[in-house]
Amino acid sequence: MFRRLPDATGDTVAFTIDGKRAQAYASDTVAAALLWAGVDHCRTTPVSGAKRAPYCMMGVCFECLVTIDGVGNRQACLIPVRDGMRVETQRGARAIAEES
Amino acid sequence: MIREETEIAVVGGGLVGTSVAWGLARLGKRVTVLDEGDNAYRASRGNFALVWVQSKGLGMAPYAAWTVRSSNAWARLASSLNDETGIEVAHQRPGGLTLSLSDAEHERRVAQMQRLHNQSDMIRYPYEVLDHAQTGKLLPDIGPQVAGSIYCPLDGHVNSLKLFRALHAALAARGGSYRPNRPVETITSSSGAFVLSGPWGELAASKIVLAAGIGNARLGPQVGLNAPVRPQRGQIIVTEKARSFLPYPLVTVRQTDEGGVMIGDSVEETGFENVVTLPVIASMADRAVRMFPMLAGLNVVRTWSALRVMSQDGFPIYDQSVTHPGAFLATCHSGVTLAPNHAFDIATQIAAGRLADDLFPYSARRFHVPQAA
Repeated sequence: MFRRLPDATGDTVAFTIDGKRAQAYASDTVAAALLWAGVDHCRTTPVSGAKRAPYCMMGVCFECLVTIDGVGNRQACLIPVRDGMRVETQRGARAIAEES
Repeated sequence: MIREETEIAVVGGGLVGTSVAWGLARLGKRVTVLDEGDNAYRASRGNFALVWVQSKGLGMAPYAAWTVRSSNAWARLASSLNDETGIEVAHQRPGGLTLSLSDAEHERRVAQMQRLHNQSDMIRYPYEVLDHAQTGKLLPDIGPQVAGSIYCPLDGHVNSLKLFRALHAALAARGGSYRPNRPVETITSSSGAFVLSGPWGELAASKIVLAAGIGNARLGPQVGLNAPVRPQRGQIIVTEKARSFLPYPLVTVRQTDEGGVMIGDSVEETGFENVVTLPVIASMADRAVRMFPMLAGLNVVRTWSALRVMSQDGFPIYDQSVTHPGAFLATCHSGVTLAPNHAFDIATQIAAGRLADDLFPYSARRFHVPQAA
């Protein structure tokens, strides 16, 4: 769905989305990395179960919430992706305790 | 200027006013609710949403029976509202707990429950005193500092915003009229009719019900009623929505039907100042985390404060005017818990023109000096 700008360059990092390996630029946020990886929704809402994906990309809309390294409801658009990061999409409300 | 007429005018569009108004509309009465605007001090939008029984009635045992009656009628209220509006207000009654964080606090709470239940005219209902281990069987996620708890199977909770919406929808469906932005300034009466007026115009009614919360203190005396109530601040924290972890409501922590965790609720005498203060919020959060350490990982999404409508002894005021027959007054700080009583009992009595004798203890006459001395 999304393409990189033609002048995008940099080091790449490897991370996982729901256990599957993915790649991104080290300068990407987790949200950008998810979009580049072709993830079309990163969570479902706690109340209606509707699908949600990164939207504002600047920390305002809270649509891009994902579980990162076991901690739920992280704002993917505000967190730089890192090598070895474990990103999980969310179904409904987050768990309170860390997920292993 | 607007000039309208109705059969019964209810002043106040909060939980108390809409409960009574809906009850009256169900009895076929023509009802108009006059309300302030969104800038009103509105306890109905800020409350903690418990349907709570345990601990209520120390100093006025009939209030315990009144509360139990309402708690028992809550399922009927929820299903009636669902039938009439399709809105599910998420009423649950799994029982509720009061947790203590030290042995001294636990002993104080147990002694208070014993004093409550030792009152001669006290209604009997079950409750259990649980130690740490017994509390842990109900609530596996409690922290080591929880000394014990009191469990009462009559306690429950509801989504109070959905309740508020359902009451408004049900009132409208029954033909009741809701008029926002119509603050009432003066009430006059002549030859059995009342005229309520404000900057918007006036409304004539043959009966009036004052359910204006703190505003009742100002309005009551205009029709021979007395409502010495004051604002009492309570602050509340709500977290992001999380997966269900708390199967029972606690008096200060509950998880809503949609997953948010509400942490409340302070008791502060600060007049009309409905702001949030960090030291109070921090202390509430600290107590909640000591009860459930896992809460420390949750993000807070909102904090707010609201003003309880508090009488001198903390109990409701239900009254009817001797000098101005047809004028009634209802005010309390438990508009959620008591909603069924207001909709079913108080409304029926007002429709009949007279409050029942068993509501006499709630008259503001109890505050008169000879009564109090």
